[in-house]
Amino acid sequence: MARSERPPYFPLMVTIFAIFVVFLYAPIITIVILSFQGPEGGLTFPMRGVSMHWFVELFGPQSIGDIWGAFRRSFALGLMVMVCTVVISLMAGLAYRHRFIGATGLLYVAIASLIMPSVVVSLGIGAGFELAGIERNWYTSGLGAHLTWTMPFGLLIMFAVFNRFDPAFEEAARDQGASGWQTIRYVVIPIILPSLIGIALFGFTLSYDELARSSQAIGAVNTLPLELQAMQTNATTPVIYALGTLTTGLSFLVIFVTVAAAVIVRRRQDRHGSDAGKA
Amino acid sequence: MATVRKTPANVIAYLQAFPMAAIFFIFFILPICMVVVVSFFDYQTYDILIPDFVFFNYVDVFSSETTYRTYWATVRFCVITWAITLVLGFTIAHFLAFYLKTVPTQLVCFLICTIPFWTSNVIRMISWIPFLGRNGLINQALMSLGIVDAPQEWLLYSEFAVMLGYVHLYTLFMIVPIFNSMARIDKSLIEAAKDQGASSLQILTNVVIPLTKPGIAIGSIFVLAIVMGDFVTVSVLGGGQIPSIGKSIQTELSYLQFPPAAANAVVLLGITILMIVALIRIVDIRKEL
Repeated sequence: MARSERPPYFPLMVTIFAIFVVFLYAPIITIVILSFQGPEGGLTFPMRGVSMHWFVELFGPQSIGDIWGAFRRSFALGLMVMVCTVVISLMAGLAYRHRFIGATGLLYVAIASLIMPSVVVSLGIGAGFELAGIERNWYTSGLGAHLTWTMPFGLLIMFAVFNRFDPAFEEAARDQGASGWQTIRYVVIPIILPSLIGIALFGFTLSYDELARSSQAIGAVNTLPLELQAMQTNATTPVIYALGTLTTGLSFLVIFVTVAAAVIVRRRQDRHGSDAGKA
Repeated sequence: MATVRKTPANVIAYLQAFPMAAIFFIFFILPICMVVVVSFFDYQTYDILIPDFVFFNYVDVFSSETTYRTYWATVRFCVITWAITLVLGFTIAHFLAFYLKTVPTQLVCFLICTIPFWTSNVIRMISWIPFLGRNGLINQALMSLGIVDAPQEWLLYSEFAVMLGYVHLYTLFMIVPIFNSMARIDKSLIEAAKDQGASSLQILTNVVIPLTKPGIAIGSIFVLAIVMGDFVTVSVLGGGQIPSIGKSIQTELSYLQFPPAAANAVVLLGITILMIVALIRIVDIRKEL
């Protein structure tokens, strides 16, 4: 019996998985290494010395385009999208626990928005603002365009959460005399906090890296991914790798912090003997 | 009492759903209607949107031989990418769901697959350049091994590079829904099949694959829809030579030709809607979560 525990072709499957992981990560590791090229180094190996030259270049006054402006915009927009996605998805998730007219329609719209080719959404927003005579800007049309991409993830995560949510907790709170708002604030939100952190992660990172939906919706100035794409077409030095290393580093930091926060919250729930959030 | 309490709960539900509905209305539904409306508009160099009801934008789309070549190229990309990501994604999901015994290892391996999704796609495309370039790692390896004498040009800025980019970026969209479906399969079903003497191939084809169909459908829709509308991967890794619908829309937009771009987008949209309808027919997504 114990022997049948190990599924067939185990070594083969492990090998395939390992190769896939290498396939996923090798390119990004390569450009991280290459971003430390010496001043004489080029876009490919061999490394001609090791230096911080290209990072210094990136911070230098002669750096190409408006990288730091683009970075600031992307970061600010990411935060705005993150907050909006969490709040709006939570509200919509709560709404779906009751019946309301248009519930199915809204779900289908969210799914349609998720799989709609981004170029179509972007074109529509661009044309709409153009026709209405409203200037396109990253914090108006850009924000809206990003939300059409992040909110479906938020809503689907909320569905997953509330499908497993035991209403007994709220009933108990109500029996103790808690108001509707108190129930949500002190019972529901603490229980689903790890998932809300997950939605925040989706909101920030998907916005921070968004390109396709931004293209026509962002207005005159670029966000970082647009700037990167523009840089890529005439990149001749590893300076683009240095920027790639920095922005990927930031993404990893955000992922690490949010995953760690979710784990810590869950641990604390466990430690306090709460069975909150468990199926 | 019951009726008195029911009404406020209902009103609250509408208020709670309102922000999301409003944003989708303004930034998704209206823009999609805009695309359809604008596709019938006229345009001139200095007046980019002239309200009208003309069909020549569509005539232009359907009468140009380039259109058919572009659509054919895009559909071909779609089918090949779909086939590769499906097989690869299914294999990886199968590994995650059935080969890893403890939940923590499963979670860690799943996270390893997911983390790149939260990093920049553009950077992930660019990061193939040192591999595939003329003096890239693959050419260096091939030449030092004596397999080829001259650097291979087809590795970068080619269909191959674009396809590689798609598989690299979008296999995850297969892994997640398929894994989700597999994780719900009752392990006792597989035990029962085993007890009845089913081989591992039979278990795969008669138990696992049928029960994984919803996940496969969702993943397929994702990959097909993304590749159909893609213009970023094609521009970054295709180097300007590879045609795609998304890119031709984008090119028209860069010349501020909104109406022809919109006509092109409507055709693209039609294909996507067919896919959504098919998806809804095949699976009820809410049950899948």
